[in-house]
Amino acid sequence: MEELIQMIRRGDRAALARAISLVEDGAPGSRELVRAAYRTPRNSRVIGITGAPGVGKSSLVDGIVDQLRSAGRSVAVIAVDPSSPFTGGAILGDRVRMKRRTTDPQVFFRSLASRGHLGGLTRATGDVLTLVGVAGFDDVLVETVGAGQSEVDVMKYASTVLVVLTPGLGDSVQTLKAGILEIGDVFVVNKADLPGADRTGAELEMMLDMRPQGGWRPPVIKTVATSGVGLDELARAIDAHYEYLKSSGNLKTRVRNRFLASIEDYLKREMVDKVLKAASTSGELERCLAALEAGEDDPASVASRLAARYLTAGPCSPLVRSEG
Amino acid sequence: MERKIRVLVGKPGLDGHDRGAMVVARAYRDAGMEVIYSGLHRTPEELARMAVEEDVDVVALSILSGAHMTLVPKVIEHLKKEKGGVLDVLVLVGGVIPREDIPALKAAGVAEVFGPGTSTEEIVEYTRTHVREKRAS
Repeated sequence: MEELIQMIRRGDRAALARAISLVEDGAPGSRELVRAAYRTPRNSRVIGITGAPGVGKSSLVDGIVDQLRSAGRSVAVIAVDPSSPFTGGAILGDRVRMKRRTTDPQVFFRSLASRGHLGGLTRATGDVLTLVGVAGFDDVLVETVGAGQSEVDVMKYASTVLVVLTPGLGDSVQTLKAGILEIGDVFVVNKADLPGADRTGAELEMMLDMRPQGGWRPPVIKTVATSGVGLDELARAIDAHYEYLKSSGNLKTRVRNRFLASIEDYLKREMVDKVLKAASTSGELERCLAALEAGEDDPASVASRLAARYLTAGPCSPLVRSEG
Repeated sequence: MERKIRVLVGKPGLDGHDRGAMVVARAYRDAGMEVIYSGLHRTPEELARMAVEEDVDVVALSILSGAHMTLVPKVIEHLKKEKGGVLDVLVLVGGVIPREDIPALKAAGVAEVFGPGTSTEEIVEYTRTHVREKRAS
């Protein structure tokens, strides 16, 4: 695995691709791989791109990649599309819009399926970002699945979040709602050649002006991704936000949040898996389910009891081990 | 859990007909596979890059333009170039391919050619069986 890391560092694109698959699949050896990756210096700038399906995220990614390359920066793209909840299959179509830098050696593109993970990304996101960082890309663009209102995971992983909208997505009440509109560092009104773009822009500006003053005021930028209108301004806004993060000390917080999000993910996985497995082996899960069916128990009480029993007991519990 | 099968459904060259590619992509999806769709008008070089970066098991090319004898060997050539001379993915071709061209395509490295009238079940079954064989070897 150490060898694979070395190959990634040397810029071997097949090695990076293979490593991402290993991590995604949780294959044997992937833990070791991730362990080595986190211990390798890396400092990619992570830019998240989110918004409803069809607003033009993929086309914007194509345009932003082109802008960043023109500025001499190497770029990796991680694009997530949903998996079918029924078959586990997926159609990953984010490459369809990639037109400009398709064989540029300083660009890497990888599509990931969400594999049942909610929140707009996939479970492996944090580890995949670290692997891409090992490869030494200056920038990583993370494109979420077409997001509704509450897929806000991207804010945990990106240092700059672009929220993409288009004209005609609803009236001003929509901009008051909680959720995705709260996480934007830069707002993009794409397809700005359509009627209503000015109004959408103005409503966003109003919403942003109602926020507490001080700190970073997210700009609202109008773009037409397919023709390139506004992309240079967008690239400047991304740079400006990054400068703000660095000078205000917030960059450190964002990176920390990313690590925290990954820890949280692993913890949930380990703890939930262990408790359910232990409770099912001992037969207690079955008894709890029967009690629930008979109307003699409730899920919250069951969960507390199982957690108390299987998480804290014994030196093998994941909590104790992760501290040791 | 078995590793997910990843498939690149590619449209090389100048033909703009992707209904067949879409139907096959959908069939793969419904069979639980992860399908990367290339979009139209891709060059052999672009498709090879995609196959490497997406770490796919299968490259399924859909061609209805009649240019398969030029395009398919070029895709395979680039695939080999990207992987140090080895063709380690299953290359499938679908579309309008005259029967007399099939031996030459297979000689170039294509595993199987699926012409008009092939059922999606057959394509999915072939893919699943041969990916398993390839992984086991």
